Amino acid sequence: MIAYLIRRILYAVPILIGVNLLTFALFFVVNTPDDMARMQLGIKRVTPEAIEKWKQQRGYDKPLLVNRAANGTNKFTETIFWRKSAGMFVFDFGYSDDERSISREITARMWPSLAIALPTFLVGLFVYVSFALLMTLFRATALDMAGVALCVLLMSVSSLFYIIGGQFLVSKLWNLVPISGYAGGTDSFKFVVLPIVIGVMGGIGSSSRWYRTIFLEEIGKDYVRTARAKGLSELRVLFTHVLKNAMIPILTGVVVVIPLLFMGSLLTESFFGIPGLGSYTIDAINAQDFSIVRAMVFLGSVLYIVGLILTDISYTLVDPRVRLQ
Amino acid sequence: MSFMPVILWSDALVFLLLAAGVASAWYIRRHEHLLLPWRRVGKSSVALVSLLVLSLFLLTGLLDTLHFRVALPQTNGAEKVYSPEVLSVFDKLVTPLRTHNEKTYSEPFALTLYAKESMTDAQGNIVREYPRLRYGGVHLADASQRGADVLQRGLFGGLAGLAIAALLVSLAKRRIRQRAVFAAILIVAPVIGAFLNLASVYHVLGTDKVGQDVLYLSLKSIRTGLIIGTVTTLVTLPLALFLGTAAGYFRGWVDDVIQYLYTVLSSIPSVLLIAAAVLMMQVTIDTHPQWFDTAASRADLRLVFLCLILGVTSWTGLCRLLRGETLKLREMEYIQAAQSFGVSSVRILARHIMPNVMHIVLISLVMDFSALVLAEAVLSYVGVGVDPSMISFGTMINAARLEMGREPMVWWALASAFGFMLVLVLAANLFADAVRDAFDPRLNRTELGA
Repeated sequence: MIAYLIRRILYAVPILIGVNLLTFALFFVVNTPDDMARMQLGIKRVTPEAIEKWKQQRGYDKPLLVNRAANGTNKFTETIFWRKSAGMFVFDFGYSDDERSISREITARMWPSLAIALPTFLVGLFVYVSFALLMTLFRATALDMAGVALCVLLMSVSSLFYIIGGQFLVSKLWNLVPISGYAGGTDSFKFVVLPIVIGVMGGIGSSSRWYRTIFLEEIGKDYVRTARAKGLSELRVLFTHVLKNAMIPILTGVVVVIPLLFMGSLLTESFFGIPGLGSYTIDAINAQDFSIVRAMVFLGSVLYIVGLILTDISYTLVDPRVRLQ
Repeated sequence: MSFMPVILWSDALVFLLLAAGVASAWYIRRHEHLLLPWRRVGKSSVALVSLLVLSLFLLTGLLDTLHFRVALPQTNGAEKVYSPEVLSVFDKLVTPLRTHNEKTYSEPFALTLYAKESMTDAQGNIVREYPRLRYGGVHLADASQRGADVLQRGLFGGLAGLAIAALLVSLAKRRIRQRAVFAAILIVAPVIGAFLNLASVYHVLGTDKVGQDVLYLSLKSIRTGLIIGTVTTLVTLPLALFLGTAAGYFRGWVDDVIQYLYTVLSSIPSVLLIAAAVLMMQVTIDTHPQWFDTAASRADLRLVFLCLILGVTSWTGLCRLLRGETLKLREMEYIQAAQSFGVSSVRILARHIMPNVMHIVLISLVMDFSALVLAEAVLSYVGVGVDPSMISFGTMINAARLEMGREPMVWWALASAFGFMLVLVLAANLFADAVRDAFDPRLNRTELGA
């Protein structure tokens, strides 16, 4: 298993290099640093000196890939690629446009993100699976049909509606919790509860329907018939046999998002004013701070790959037949 | 009045899609085995009702795609000059909705503006009053007559719609057997009739911050949503189809390269990749203002680019599915027979593999449509969606969201954007479900053959 993990991590390297090259191409080749400088300083009436100064301040005044003016290894290290992109492999994200360390911001901001995303994930998983199991229990009855219809309706509603509607109803009309904001410690409860509930609501439609299909596929298999023939109650069959066997398809979709929980949700965080990574990214997009967006793209793909590896490990935990070699 | 037709980039792509759609429909009609699953779709009343709703949206979108520029009144002998404003046939049809602009917010069916203003009354005193609207309900003397008038006009429009619906139903009776479809026609047509009749004298859904009619904005948003949902297909389809089948069929290094490509792309969270790409596109557009002759063409190019980017980020899922299916298909006897006859790989792919993965392509495309329509609103909120000057559900929600805190609340713009979006996405979802049920070979069917 250790050998397998090492191999998987080594496989991840070329993918991350690909991501890095892609972001590099996107941010520095499609548009030259000159274009970005002109954009940031205003389109018209920009002097070449101002552009040079802007580039120098941010370290964009170097050649892209090969510095012919330098000697030895400096030929490759004194370039934008080395300075801005290669550093990301050791999680050195550099500085944002307002000259703060991006790495420090990320470590500080991931906790509020996690405070929302982790409960949303856990509560959500519980609710979706239970709802799906209920629908499976009453399969092919009016109750099941109503459940599916409800799911289709819920998944046709824009996620923005859940947030705006929830804020209006709970915070403005009923005055139960503050509309937005965040505080550390035990105070945080009243700030995080609404985002969590809304986050769970937003996923009910598509997730429950998805789990229902998984359960329905399982329920047609032979071991279920055997279990019933042994005289087990339908509830017992569902909760112990079907649920356990449906773990593999469930884990495939679920485990991969766990590391990404650190990144938070763009929408929720910006609507509720949570100082997490999601709102950090949105602010960076609106301020056109390219170094932050680049860092988040890279971080996101690292976490995704970690998620894929975790998924493989989780298979061995729920299914002893799976051996990683 | 002379005009000059304008074909924006997105229009051209829509026409291309339409041509492809008509061509494949014509091809399918002549092949019974291809027609069979569509007959199954036709048997589902849910599918037919949602198709009816979708085609109304589609009609609005298509009318809104025929663009032109009107010639300005010219001075003698001067060269013909066209207005910089790009209009569509749809704009022309609903001219009153487009031009009846108030000063600022007004409620649905309101006679007065939403906010009080200082006015001079008959005696010359300055009073704070709600000013009357310039267009909404001007034919009425005061608000007490409104209820009866709305009822009368609504009923009249509804009855007219009902008459047309009855005519349609009696015409379609022989071809369509589902009662639900008739019920849908009998419900939808009177609603449209009532709206049409009322919209000419009232702002049925109110007005927005700069006084534009919200009904007009909602109807215009339809085209943007449809384009995002469909034009994206033009990117995803070829990429996923060619790369997916090639990876599965050739295996070896081709497979490695293609797998590497889609793993890299799918490992970046899609919102972030879209955000990065849109930011970069924004820089390009802003630094090259000379490329665009009208504001509409600029906004339009941004829309096309957005579709392109959405396509590039969303082909990976379908590609993976097609690769898996091709891996299975290539071991089938008929493929091996073709290989031993010496049929070339390209021909095997085109004649034997691609037709047999088409059901996956179709299911995935119709399922993606609603997700894309919903994504547009979210992306516009994040600031990486369509151009702020382009009317879309996202920009409508974005503008209205800021007025949530007002007292009394400005709810109508939000409600209409969400309402229209819900109807469109719900219809698309239901239709997609019916298509999946009809095309998915894994579902066992009791009756085979029609």
